[in-house]
Amino acid sequence: MSDQSVKKGESGFLATLKGSPSTDEFIKGLWKDNPVFVQVLGMCPVLAVSNTAINALAMGLATTFVMLMSNILVSSLRNFIPKQVRIASYILIIATFVTITDYMIAFISVELHKALGAFISLIVVNCLILSRAEAFASKNTIGKSILDALGMGVGFTFALFCLGAVREILGNGTFFDMAILPGSFQEWIVMILPAGGFFTLAIWLLIFNAAKAKKATA
Amino acid sequence: MKEETLWYIFLNASLINNFVLAYFLGICPFLGVSGKMETATKMGGAVTFVMIISSVCAYGIHALLVAVNAPFLQLISYIVVIASTVQLVEMFIKKMSPTLFRALGIFLPLITTNCAILGLALFQTNKGYGFVESFVYALGAGAGFTLALVLIAGLREQLNLADVPNVVKGTALTLLIAGILSLTFMGFAGLGSQ
Repeated sequence: MSDQSVKKGESGFLATLKGSPSTDEFIKGLWKDNPVFVQVLGMCPVLAVSNTAINALAMGLATTFVMLMSNILVSSLRNFIPKQVRIASYILIIATFVTITDYMIAFISVELHKALGAFISLIVVNCLILSRAEAFASKNTIGKSILDALGMGVGFTFALFCLGAVREILGNGTFFDMAILPGSFQEWIVMILPAGGFFTLAIWLLIFNAAKAKKATA
Repeated sequence: MKEETLWYIFLNASLINNFVLAYFLGICPFLGVSGKMETATKMGGAVTFVMIISSVCAYGIHALLVAVNAPFLQLISYIVVIASTVQLVEMFIKKMSPTLFRALGIFLPLITTNCAILGLALFQTNKGYGFVESFVYALGAGAGFTLALVLIAGLREQLNLADVPNVVKGTALTLLIAGILSLTFMGFAGLGSQ
């Protein structure tokens, strides 16, 4: 990586910050192209670790971090990686950052590391990250790629949190480990079970579809 | 923990803890190619094949990495093995059956990012399975994946004839069916425990 390309990226970053399209790159991940509700990408961690709000949040942040770092690296190396081996190179870049994240989470909280289990390592095969690297970072400047990764990451975290919160409240009667429902509330055990993940996501998708259909007719 | 028999490992991977319906692994192809029965069966076959090869390779790599004391390379080396196996399968299918190659489309290279395969490699390492056990585990996981894919494909083919409200069509409907299937598979819990 030469200094020149870094400099070019920095000036590009500043330029995009001043221009109006930069906000578009960020906003699109939140709503219009929400990775989970609209693009339906990266489903495996969405369903698997969304049984409590805190797990969902941690997973979302870890994924955002990996996406941000890999987008930066892919974008800055985009003129050096040969076309034929690009996918393999992207996966290697992603795998490196996931390994770093894995060790970082184990360092911060052993308990959280245990709860998320193999799903931290499985961030490598999250189609969302690879699709952002291939579809966006490999074609755009560093600044734009950073905004794109942040937008998509926040959108992903938001979606995970939506699922995690619903499943924890209904399945456990708690929210961030605090009891918020009266003791007489009968927990819906099914919500913590795998089936609950499918149902909750299906219902969120239904709500999104209904909102979209209503907007289209209005 | 009691000694796991090979039969129990197979049952565990295919039914009790089905990779798709209990661990949520491999959801992307599960939602993507489960529209038609024929494609689903072949996708299942391809995934099973990649699973077996990469599981055996992962066993060898794990032994090697333990020997040279470099556990942090685990993830990277696993994914490289999986990616090259997928490349091999892709070339093979392209040569043998161009029709199937077109039917699977983008989902063929995407087997690389199928979490079920990397998940399998990681789980067998965590469980400390030996060579034969790893092989049986991969076989079970592949069978379970194919079973779930075929079940969903059959249901979706039937639902094409039903009158479904527009809002529910597509992914939401598939997820609802998957949820019900997942509930059904919970009935297998306790199977094989003496």
